[in-house]
Amino acid sequence: MPPKIKSSLSRLLDDFEEEIVRNWAGAQKAELKSGQGEDQQLSALARRFVAGLRAGAEKGRFENIRGDEWAEARAVLEEVSSDRALKGFTPSESATFVFSLKGPLFDVLRREVGKDPERLGEEVWAATLLLDRLGLYTVEVFQKSREAVIARQQEELLELSTPVVQLWQGIVALPLIGTLDSSRTQVVMENLLQEIVNTGAAIAIIDITGVPTVDTLVAQHLIKTISAARLMGAECLISGIRPQIAQTMVHLGVELNVISKATMAGAFALALRKTGRKVVEQNGVEAVKLGAPKAASGSA
Amino acid sequence: MDQIPIMKIGDCLLVSIQVDMHDRMAMTLQDDLTTRIVATRARGVMIDISTLEIVDSFIGRMLNNIAAMSRVLDAVTVVVGMRPAVAITLVELGLTLSGVKTALDVEKGLALIRRLIDDDGEDMSGRRED
Repeated sequence: MPPKIKSSLSRLLDDFEEEIVRNWAGAQKAELKSGQGEDQQLSALARRFVAGLRAGAEKGRFENIRGDEWAEARAVLEEVSSDRALKGFTPSESATFVFSLKGPLFDVLRREVGKDPERLGEEVWAATLLLDRLGLYTVEVFQKSREAVIARQQEELLELSTPVVQLWQGIVALPLIGTLDSSRTQVVMENLLQEIVNTGAAIAIIDITGVPTVDTLVAQHLIKTISAARLMGAECLISGIRPQIAQTMVHLGVELNVISKATMAGAFALALRKTGRKVVEQNGVEAVKLGAPKAASGSA
Repeated sequence: MDQIPIMKIGDCLLVSIQVDMHDRMAMTLQDDLTTRIVATRARGVMIDISTLEIVDSFIGRMLNNIAAMSRVLDAVTVVVGMRPAVAITLVELGLTLSGVKTALDVEKGLALIRRLIDDDGEDMSGRRED
């Protein structure tokens, strides 16, 4: 009988709150091997959850834990779950928060209604169903928190990894770091073209020192970027192709159809020459600056 | 308005496309432009598309055609002022306009045409005199 069971669970939670909370917190401590500071936090959370559970059991229906009656219990679970997700716990460890309540709760149940086996069975079954649902809910929240973390990191990565820097008047550089996939290419292309418009650049240097591999797909993305920049009236130079990548590109038959230079410095020098400028060494001042690292490397 | 004005600047022709093109207009433009190139002995053609927000494969092909026609008539074609979004669209469509020179704006376009004309100036010396 659902009504009878409900009332008895909420009564038990009321009467033996102290005992259940103590045993439960103890069980979790053993499970997680947590420190002293976390112990108090655990006990506080356990107390809040038991209170929430009691409030829910008093009014709510066991089948539907999404109702308003269980709001408090769910809030505690969400807090615990997202906290543990951020701290790098496993899903099992998060779900343990709820499941480890079964032990203390069933102990009390057995003691209180153990004389009536049929009723005990019913009570245990109802409590198990309820806690299982709450456990699953915990895992769901855990997963959502993890996914949110991953989505945020992806976004940050996208923003961080596509800077376009102006090297000189009319010359911009795009140091690519990480693998180029379609969505990143889109962002890279947009940033580059916008920067070409903003700075009126005639030459764009694409440095791929930080690109780990160049396969046909990445090459295609590079070609797209180069073509788009060309349509805007800017010439592209490629720099920083590593030996392995040069080999792969030749083996794959990838042809970028642009001037490529070994280093960004080489590409920059060429870009300056193409825009009618050159770097002149100044006697005295430059010599000292250039001399310093040489002396350092000599002594090392 | 179904005719696109063609302006003459020195030995350059400037075409500014500011409305959506349709077939008839494109044909008229090609007609007018080739006539003007021959009539004015222009060495360069500059097509300004900075106000176009949408460039489809049709316009892409038309630009390619104009460039090819001008080349036959010994004039270089430079497309200027393409917007970033348009450039991305064209690349995604697979139209890289490989036969067309490009520049960021009219000023840079003129400089580019000047440079290109000067580069093969020798065989033009006879024409410049008259």
